[in-house]
Amino acid sequence: MKNLLEINNVVKNYGDFRALNDVSIHIPKGSVYGLLGPNGAGKTSLIRIVNQITMPDSGTIFIDGEPLSPKHTANIGYLPEERGLYKSMKVGEQALYLAQLKGLSKSEAKKRLKYWFDKFDISAWWGKKIEELSKGMAQKVQFIVTVMHNPKLLIFDEPFSGFDPINAQLIAKEILKLRDEGATIIFSTHRMESVEEMCDEIALIDKSNKILDGNLADIKRQFRTNTFQVGLNTANPKEVEEKLKENFEVFPADFTLLGNELTMNVKLKEQESTNELLSFLTSRGEVQHFVELIPSANDIFIQAINKNN
Amino acid sequence: MSKLKLIIQREFIAKVRNKSFIIMTFLSPLIMVGMGALVFFLMKKNEEKIKEIVYVDESKLFSKDDFSDTETIHYQDFTALGVEATKKKVEEGHYAGVLIIPKKESLELLAKSIEFYSKDSPGMSVMNSLENKIETKLRNEKLTNFGIDLDKIKESKIQTDIKMYNFSGEESSKLINGLKIGVGAIAGYLLMMFVMIYGTSVMRSVIEEKTSRIIEVIVSSVKPFQLMMGKIVGNAAAGLLQFFIWGILLFIIMTVASSVFGVDMVEMQTAKLPADQLEAAKQAAGGDKMQVIIQEILRLPILKMFVLFIFYFLGGYMLYSSLFAAVGAAVDNETDTQQFMLPIMLPLILGVYVGFATVINDPHGSIAVLFSHIPFTSPIVMLMRVPFGVSWYELVISMTLLLVTFVFMVWLAAKIYRVGILMYGKKPTYKDLYKWLKYKG
Repeated sequence: MKNLLEINNVVKNYGDFRALNDVSIHIPKGSVYGLLGPNGAGKTSLIRIVNQITMPDSGTIFIDGEPLSPKHTANIGYLPEERGLYKSMKVGEQALYLAQLKGLSKSEAKKRLKYWFDKFDISAWWGKKIEELSKGMAQKVQFIVTVMHNPKLLIFDEPFSGFDPINAQLIAKEILKLRDEGATIIFSTHRMESVEEMCDEIALIDKSNKILDGNLADIKRQFRTNTFQVGLNTANPKEVEEKLKENFEVFPADFTLLGNELTMNVKLKEQESTNELLSFLTSRGEVQHFVELIPSANDIFIQAINKNN
Repeated sequence: MSKLKLIIQREFIAKVRNKSFIIMTFLSPLIMVGMGALVFFLMKKNEEKIKEIVYVDESKLFSKDDFSDTETIHYQDFTALGVEATKKKVEEGHYAGVLIIPKKESLELLAKSIEFYSKDSPGMSVMNSLENKIETKLRNEKLTNFGIDLDKIKESKIQTDIKMYNFSGEESSKLINGLKIGVGAIAGYLLMMFVMIYGTSVMRSVIEEKTSRIIEVIVSSVKPFQLMMGKIVGNAAAGLLQFFIWGILLFIIMTVASSVFGVDMVEMQTAKLPADQLEAAKQAAGGDKMQVIIQEILRLPILKMFVLFIFYFLGGYMLYSSLFAAVGAAVDNETDTQQFMLPIMLPLILGVYVGFATVINDPHGSIAVLFSHIPFTSPIVMLMRVPFGVSWYELVISMTLLLVTFVFMVWLAAKIYRVGILMYGKKPTYKDLYKWLKYKG
């Protein structure tokens, strides 16, 4: 079984509003899967359906080859975007309670919690109430509560919000480690730099429809524009620029270099090869900079959404 | 351990550990007893003050015997001083008031011409006692005028006491009726209090989960219905514990108080009764009557009453607390609950009013019967009727209706709850709630 989670043709309506329109997403085992989309696109609706908080109006969901059913809540860990814990309950008791709700026995839950509390160096908080902790501290507890039952599927909705950069780094490291240990991770965020950093696969949802999905590198290839950043040391920049414009499609540079080289963005046509461009350049000066312009996740996000509108 | 059990346990512990719960549990009985003692003390204090009333009798009909002193009122004859001087003296002195009985041609005229002057307006009891004294005296005067022997009138006084039997030949007493009313009223009132206190507690607990935003984590592990039922049961368990502790504490405090202060509870209650009624009560309590009462208490369907009490208590509580849970789920904070609370509170209060107004007068009257079948008022009204004996078919209809409504309302509440707990922001309208009912899953 290649995919841990298969969501097929899911439709969800809230009254007259269609929150998900025939959405199908396949999430490979052991991947970090980015679930992206603007606010109100339907991401949370989809995540709630996977968590069985709500049921789809139609469509099927399989986890590890089995139809999703209530027993699978023990295999899923969910960190919602709007997170919280019982304020007046003690950290330890609360974590034990939530672990037991996920099906762990009390002794097993204690053991696992001890491991995680030691790991994050927060054992001293065991007897404190949540309302006594800072927001960042409470977030750490919440992260532990999400992952402690070793679920096959972890769903993180904006996991880094509320963390300072150091703790965000710590959490990112832990998430990748959990993936390496075999967990599959759904990662929903607006922060595109963390998508670049973490995700193997992505799906983009806009206005209740999935508009794009697949391997991140494949999608980048799909979105490449065959544009190159060029930096050339030449005695005759004006003349070279004119010549370049005659032969290729040229745009103003979107980068700066340290010297006063001629800088350009050059877009190649389908039949043109990079060698043609390179030989043109080398014959007219010294090539200082030559890089393919690879679309960032951010560019892809904006382009895809704009196209969909 | 099953998830429902875990939830019930958590809700129970969270509730019981709460500081206000602990304070309420141990302080309330003390406050209640303290208030009772205070009222009792103040009443005693009030009675201890002796009022001095003077009278001027120009008719010469009354003698000192007619104005015999009581515990709280002393009388003085100022006839010799004359009306104006006495009035002046009373106005300046410490006397409570002056009664002026003028001289008139006929007793009828006299009866309408008696006046009472005082600085502060006298209490009802003082005036009643004065009027009684005068009426008795004037009536006796008239009887003597008619040539009737007063001693014969006294001799002719006779008391009846109708003995009541049911058709199986068992004797019953009037006192037991009062007992039945008392038991029914306490049961109904207790239920209303319980629903009010613990229903709102369920509601608050739901709102807390919403505002702390833990709700989404919880419902990703358990079904919303389980969470709602766990809350309802957990809170009820905490409530029953509290009632149980109250019962024990009240019993202990009463026992201690009565032994320390030597206050006899029976005396305390009978002290207020007028002398002749007291006599009757004592008579009733003595000898054969006592045995009849005990027999009749034993003959009350105690087991049936207990079973029905549990049924209606749980049924009523579940019915209402599921509605409270739905209200809690629908809103974000407690201030928004007002508009939804009224329709829940109304039938509850109506039940108590109807119970006290109709059941006490006529336990099997049409209004009482009607309201003991309407599911929202039946727990209270039927509990009040049960001690008087309700036919089994009425009970079956009422209990079935309650059960069906209970299941339906829990289902309805669960639907609102399930959607509401994940909704934030705008305060929902009734139209929104109706829309939520139609959401699938």
